[in-house]
Amino acid sequence: MFDLKSEMTPESVYRNRRFFIKSSIYGGSALVTAGLFKAFAPRTEMVNNNAALAVAAEDYSYPKLGTEDPPNSFTEIASYNNYYEFSTAKSEVAEAAKNFKTDPWKLEVGGLVKNPLTLDLGGILEMRLVERIYRMRCVEGWSMVIPWVGFPLRDLLQQVEPTAEAKYVAFQSYYDIAQMPNSGSAGIPLPYVEGLRLDEAMHPLTLMATGLYGKALPNQNGAPIRLVVPWKYGFKGIKSVVKITLTATQPPCTWTIANPEEYGFYSNVNPSVAHPRWSQSKEQRIGETFKRPTLMFNGYAEQVASLYAGMDLKTNF
Amino acid sequence: MKEVSLKNDAPFQERLIALNALLPAALVAWYWQRGQLGANPVEFTTRMTGVMSLVFLVITLLVTPLRKLFGWGWLAKLRRSLGLYAFFYGMAHLATYLVWDRNLDILSVPGDVWLRPFIAVGMAAFVLMVPLAVTSTNAMIKKLGGKKWTLLHKLTYPVLIAGVVHYWMIVKSDIRWPLFFAALTAILLSYRIFDFLKKKTPKPAPSKTEA
Repeated sequence: MFDLKSEMTPESVYRNRRFFIKSSIYGGSALVTAGLFKAFAPRTEMVNNNAALAVAAEDYSYPKLGTEDPPNSFTEIASYNNYYEFSTAKSEVAEAAKNFKTDPWKLEVGGLVKNPLTLDLGGILEMRLVERIYRMRCVEGWSMVIPWVGFPLRDLLQQVEPTAEAKYVAFQSYYDIAQMPNSGSAGIPLPYVEGLRLDEAMHPLTLMATGLYGKALPNQNGAPIRLVVPWKYGFKGIKSVVKITLTATQPPCTWTIANPEEYGFYSNVNPSVAHPRWSQSKEQRIGETFKRPTLMFNGYAEQVASLYAGMDLKTNF
Repeated sequence: MKEVSLKNDAPFQERLIALNALLPAALVAWYWQRGQLGANPVEFTTRMTGVMSLVFLVITLLVTPLRKLFGWGWLAKLRRSLGLYAFFYGMAHLATYLVWDRNLDILSVPGDVWLRPFIAVGMAAFVLMVPLAVTSTNAMIKKLGGKKWTLLHKLTYPVLIAGVVHYWMIVKSDIRWPLFFAALTAILLSYRIFDFLKKKTPKPAPSKTEA
């Protein structure tokens, strides 16, 4: 005969088993949830391993920023990037761009010029490099202060000598779907193109940046050479430039093609002209939690307002 | 001793959901405190709370199809909690907007809602969630009566649609994530339409072999 009693699970064992099962489910599910959170949380900590650049000591031709504008950290600048060819998630661009090849490089400068020119990486870095600490204002409502290294675009334009017909400067980014994995999902026409009026391009503040924090540009920031126009929204600063062409007519710009209602050719920082999604009157400085007011022309009105004298900046946004 | 299966252990299920629903909120606070939310923790927290609200709305609307397709009747009693977590993250999302985008200047909100259509759509989604959260208690179900209550809670559908549209509108060009949520919404809502039409079509007279 069976001893029924011994066949039955004693209550204490049963309770222990229940406790064990439940604890495992609690613990296991929490691990999965925490793992998912970690997978979606932004990456942090960047180390600047790039080669140091030879920076000319003196450069007083630009407005120095005061103590109210301390530069952002290298980690902030190199881990929060809009570079849609690599990723549309700002914190994932660095990883996606880490194997991007910037040497050999070829930068062609041509169009309506007397002396067309092709620069390789060595030629680019032979330009007289200066350090410029600029504010950078993104159209999305955030901003940074970045210690760029680069040369004023005018230095290059003076070398190629624009002809009398040249009125605009067109820029084109490097584009290679094999090296730029997100190109198909970027949602914008590629290659990325940008444009400036010739007088904007010749302005002493307009910089071709080749580095930041004294070292060569990280790939995610637009290596090996990018445009920086500090009084315009960040997307005007085209990255990884391969072509600069002087033209007689206004060149197309990627974001204007993608959405002409929202992004204009000028895209000057202007707190009084709202974007449909971002009011633009205030901005969030990276590293700060609360918003600060956005300045006209991003604080460079004294230097650049004369370029737009008599223009209606609401219609020429 | 009567064996209570995990399927019928409602307190256990509620605690399990609470743990996994609130853990991400706790992790945001913890990561932020340790400086591990990247260069812009404000943006991450804003986006995360909004997406979490959508996630819980989708899970809430998954309950009925799972119940009917797989016979998981026990899921039904968890639906209200799931909906409340959607509301919890919706509230957190609204708070991120009021604190960081508006600097707590509440008077500037109506103007901003007027100026920025995507804010208006998000706000509409939140406002529609309020009566659902308020009527989520047993007492309110009794007071309203099951039919009225069920009808009122169909507001969850426009809430989810408005939430997805709001997400779609803020994305600049890469629409993959909003598209993902739009696809889930489309599937969940088509299931309801399909189910409704099936009920409406008169059933053929039962044959005699069926008893």
